[in-house]
Amino acid sequence: MAFFLTIRLAPAATALTISLHRWNIIGTDQPYVGFANFREIAADPLFWKAIRNTVRYAAVGIPAQLALGFGAALLLRAVVGLRGFFRALYFIPFVTPVVAAAWVWQWMYSPQFGPLGRLFGTVGLTVPALLRTPSLALYAVTAMVVWQYLGFQVVIFLAGLEAIPRAYYEAAAVDGAGGWRLFRHITVPLLNPTLVFSIVYGTIVYLQLFTQVLNMTFGDPGGPLGSTETVVLYVYTQGFQRFHMGQAAAATVVLFAVIMLISLGQLSLLSRPVEY
Amino acid sequence: MSAAKWRPGRGWATAGAYAALAAGGILVVFPFAWMLATALKAPREIFELHFWPHAPTLDNVRDVLLRTQFPRWFANSLGIALVTTASVAFFDSLAGYTFAKLRFPGRTAVFVVILSTLMIPTEMLVIPWYTMSARLGWINTYWGIMFPGLASAFGVFLMRQFMSGVPEELLDAARIDGLSELGLFTRVALPLVRPALAALCIFTFLGNWNAFLWPLIVIQTPEMRTLPVGIALFSGEAGSSWHLIMAASALAVLPVLGVFAILQRQIIEGVVLTGLRG
Repeated sequence: MAFFLTIRLAPAATALTISLHRWNIIGTDQPYVGFANFREIAADPLFWKAIRNTVRYAAVGIPAQLALGFGAALLLRAVVGLRGFFRALYFIPFVTPVVAAAWVWQWMYSPQFGPLGRLFGTVGLTVPALLRTPSLALYAVTAMVVWQYLGFQVVIFLAGLEAIPRAYYEAAAVDGAGGWRLFRHITVPLLNPTLVFSIVYGTIVYLQLFTQVLNMTFGDPGGPLGSTETVVLYVYTQGFQRFHMGQAAAATVVLFAVIMLISLGQLSLLSRPVEY
Repeated sequence: MSAAKWRPGRGWATAGAYAALAAGGILVVFPFAWMLATALKAPREIFELHFWPHAPTLDNVRDVLLRTQFPRWFANSLGIALVTTASVAFFDSLAGYTFAKLRFPGRTAVFVVILSTLMIPTEMLVIPWYTMSARLGWINTYWGIMFPGLASAFGVFLMRQFMSGVPEELLDAARIDGLSELGLFTRVALPLVRPALAALCIFTFLGNWNAFLWPLIVIQTPEMRTLPVGIALFSGEAGSSWHLIMAASALAVLPVLGVFAILQRQIIEGVVLTGLRG
């Protein structure tokens, strides 16, 4: 047992120390440069763009997938037959290989030959090249990510809804509460832990967005004028295409700090007792 | 719904719910239909307006299988995902049992250290992994692709949570019956946490099957590519040969959908089991 422990723990601990110390510089000679890397990325407009975009992805994507997922979960609660079928159907994108799905979506967004382009083409309208238009590309990518995580949200919400004891509804109905008030005063507050979990999970997904973005704007990673650039894509291009490992590592430290703050925030939110 | 409870208003609401669900379902599934339709079209047909190919052909599928290293990429991904999953199942269940049931000094401290690694994003680790792999000659090897995933902190956490639920009385009874510590683990504890372990295996497998960032960095030659890396780089080179890109995508997606069709109940219940606790 102790043997498994040491070989489990050692890599984890090394990874931790290495990652915390490697931000100086990696190259042929590796002088210690203090916070120079951080200053450099702070002066790089693309890094700030990546941060702004990442926040935008999360700000658009999370509410969208929560609202759609919640709506679909409520609809599924309203029907009896085929519930399992629809649940599985909505879940399919979540298990679909991401890279392949991203390429399918890129092809769907083709302005002339994609389904939208064809539909509008028949009535003589043209659709902009969504992934090539700086103001739209980010939303086009977000739509794909929402599609991917919708089924996951549905399953999480369904489980949350099922965990609410029926007796609460029955008691409230006896007291004369109607549909909306039941929803407002029982469903929503009791679903709070599910909501917090979904938001935190979603935030971490969007903070680490990379595969979808790289594959949907493959020839031009980061999209037109960097409009789809994310923090992780920035790390990848800095570190592994331009070999600026120092700056890349500095960017990951920033990402780490943000994720840690969010995780700690989740802990304090979830450990707060829910008052009924 | 029984006939006695049926009311006209209720019936319309139910019909509306079904209609909305079906519409949503069509939107969710549409990309797959689009992928298949393109994959089955002859090259000259993909830029024509009709949705479904007039003369469906498997030529694109054959081209991808024969003219690229797709089968090799598939085998690479399968092998890597299987080995990683086996390793995670082995180490994480043992570690989880150790943390949940055995007393030793520093138990809590060690567990907290492992748990805290959960907060470190993979993206932060790829740079140290890369320099380490370069130093040790692991670049472009299967070991290099796999080593970061051989044990997972989340898995240890998950297994510890479920192992804690194994009743102490049961273990004591088995101990009295003369079972060794290892026997307690394999014959008493492990069978009781099987659903959680199955969920962990499924997600480890899926995660490795889909892994992209680290394999993209560590792989350098075409024959070492995993499926996601192979598809991305192949598609990047294929330009506007969308019939081939969609055929490759379909070949990557359909086996997964097949497995999902068989295991969908376990997979979805696994999400509930692990997701809500994680």
